[in-house]
Amino acid sequence: MQVTSQTFKSNASAALRDAALQRALKNLKAGFPGKRAAAIAKLPEFDALRAAGRDLKDHTLEHLDFYLERFEAKVIEQGGQVHWARDAAEARHIVLDICRAVAARRVTKGKSMISEEIGLNEFLETHGIQPVETDLGEYIIQLRHEYPSHIIAPAIHLNRDQVADAFHAHHGPYGFTERNEEPRALMNEARQVLRQQFLSADVGITGANFCVAETGATVIVTNEGNGDLTQTLPRVHIVLASLEKMVPTLEDVSTLLRLLIRSATGQEITVYTTFSSGPRRPDDLDGPEQFHVVLLDNGRSGMLGGEFQDMLRCIRCSACMNHCPVYGAIGGHAYGWVYPGPMGSVLTPQLIGIDAAGQLPNASTFCGRCEEVCPVHIPLPKMMRHWREREFEQHRSPAAIRFGLGAWAFFAKRPALYRIATRFGAWLLRRLGGREGRIKHLLLAGGWTAWRDLPTPQGQTFQQQWAARRGARS
Amino acid sequence: MSEAREQILNTLRRGLKRGPVEGARRAGLEARLAHPPRNVIPARARRPHFEQRDLFVQMARNAAATVDPVNHPEEVPVAVSAFLDCEGLPLELVMAPDPELAALPWPEEPTLHIERRAALDGDKTTVSLAFAGIAETGTLVLLSGPHSPTTLNFLPDTHIVVLRADRIVGAYEDAWDLLRARGQRMPRTVNFITGPSRSADIEQTVQMGAHGPLRLHIVLVER
Repeated sequence: MQVTSQTFKSNASAALRDAALQRALKNLKAGFPGKRAAAIAKLPEFDALRAAGRDLKDHTLEHLDFYLERFEAKVIEQGGQVHWARDAAEARHIVLDICRAVAARRVTKGKSMISEEIGLNEFLETHGIQPVETDLGEYIIQLRHEYPSHIIAPAIHLNRDQVADAFHAHHGPYGFTERNEEPRALMNEARQVLRQQFLSADVGITGANFCVAETGATVIVTNEGNGDLTQTLPRVHIVLASLEKMVPTLEDVSTLLRLLIRSATGQEITVYTTFSSGPRRPDDLDGPEQFHVVLLDNGRSGMLGGEFQDMLRCIRCSACMNHCPVYGAIGGHAYGWVYPGPMGSVLTPQLIGIDAAGQLPNASTFCGRCEEVCPVHIPLPKMMRHWREREFEQHRSPAAIRFGLGAWAFFAKRPALYRIATRFGAWLLRRLGGREGRIKHLLLAGGWTAWRDLPTPQGQTFQQQWAARRGARS
Repeated sequence: MSEAREQILNTLRRGLKRGPVEGARRAGLEARLAHPPRNVIPARARRPHFEQRDLFVQMARNAAATVDPVNHPEEVPVAVSAFLDCEGLPLELVMAPDPELAALPWPEEPTLHIERRAALDGDKTTVSLAFAGIAETGTLVLLSGPHSPTTLNFLPDTHIVVLRADRIVGAYEDAWDLLRARGQRMPRTVNFITGPSRSADIEQTVQMGAHGPLRLHIVLVER
């Protein structure tokens, strides 16, 4: 997919002006945070589980090579195949080769962010294979030729009338000629249209929420049941998983499930949690004939042992974006690539480079809410600061910021000069503010004064007040 | 692709500043896999069994499943028949070819038409036998196998699941113990099912009946 992270600022401005998007984002704010809070209130052990989740992910990362090899051995033992992919291109070709070997024409897909990351749909299409998204949200955006704006609610940027338009434009050939706008009726349409796709697909592709080293099982969580129809009905099941999905045992998965679902949708558990390993067995009456797992690296292995290792704990619950004031204001598309919100601001520069994604770690108010709600305690603000430091060190920050920081540093390193300059600044601002005590236009601060007045300093500088108070105390 | 495999593993080890895991450390990891330690188990999943049964029913109903308790296995066919009647559903069932289900007195409900096979498109109602129930979240555990095709769980509009109350456990971890105690290899698929299919992808409003069953009906056999 086209990366537009470079133009984050203008994307964000456009998003703020988009009335339909702003209407849709109200659903996000009204929904996820409250549901999560209610679910956690019902589980007194939630904080203890978070600590356990963090620790077991750390344990897994410290031994990731061991657990990957064990997982591979277990999958092979069940009659499945494991394919290792260093990057997106390698993963795409592995999938294409599997599809070609069975002369596949149609592929149904469960929801997979890895598929978005490697741009699988466009690739399959250019090679004559039709990918059909079956998660309702993913299906809607596929019809609209969009990409997900949220990692678990891909169509959260849309309103029902936009869904109705998309269905009305595409469902005529299936006998749905009336334009429906009721969510119930829309879902029914999708159920009937996609049922035919499930039954006629040659290959089913799903993601994985977890890979279990103990048993060689891959795990998906869904509410719709689309992932299960995707992996049960076609002849071939392909699982796309990134390296950090690895978890040692079923006990460990159980801990992470308790964290993941409550943090994501605020449910106690999703409707379907499916553990699958290997193809159908000789006496089975259904299930796929082939089972493949594609293990994708794409820059993750390089995060081990460095300052971004903790990011590999992420279980993709979306709590960080659901609670982020920046995400809540602009939605996911403005971030310009697959992973939006705070987790995306940390991960995206690693996966596509700081050149393209340098603005994302700056898209934060540092309110700290993301870290507060993270089920595995990832220090997201700290990591965004790491990226900002790198950006500055590599001279990639915009000239205005570099000039400003340079000027500030010049004065900060000269305390006497700093005191004089701040006193002068406070005096000057007071003069500019006049009797009203408010400044309506200010050179170099147009971005602020375009939207609101700047209140003038009301008295002495901080350092003056500090000195006065210390004097009074001693 | 083994070149990719080696390169990825080498990069991981370089980051971890060590070679392949060996010796005592490896033995420790092997032991952790052979005897998986439990992490935090919620208090609600550690209550006595009779309370777990009640919690299961409550949680399953919260998840929009219907639960119909019957006293004896012999009462299952008449309960299923009554449910179909009550819901205005056709008296046709596709049933898992499971010996325990087959042993129930279905002939006493002669109006029921029963086929024992995997599910096909268009099947209205299917019947499966649960391996276990998990009280913590009102979750059914179903295993794939020759007696229990997975499609029965996902293709029909209505899924009826027979669950024995003595198979209700507290936590997910208890279900894993039960599964390991079978002494057989792990099934190809383990399905945790909690309520009927749904989606909130349109304006974050939950609608029941997305791609899987619109109804999940649990016949709970108390003894």
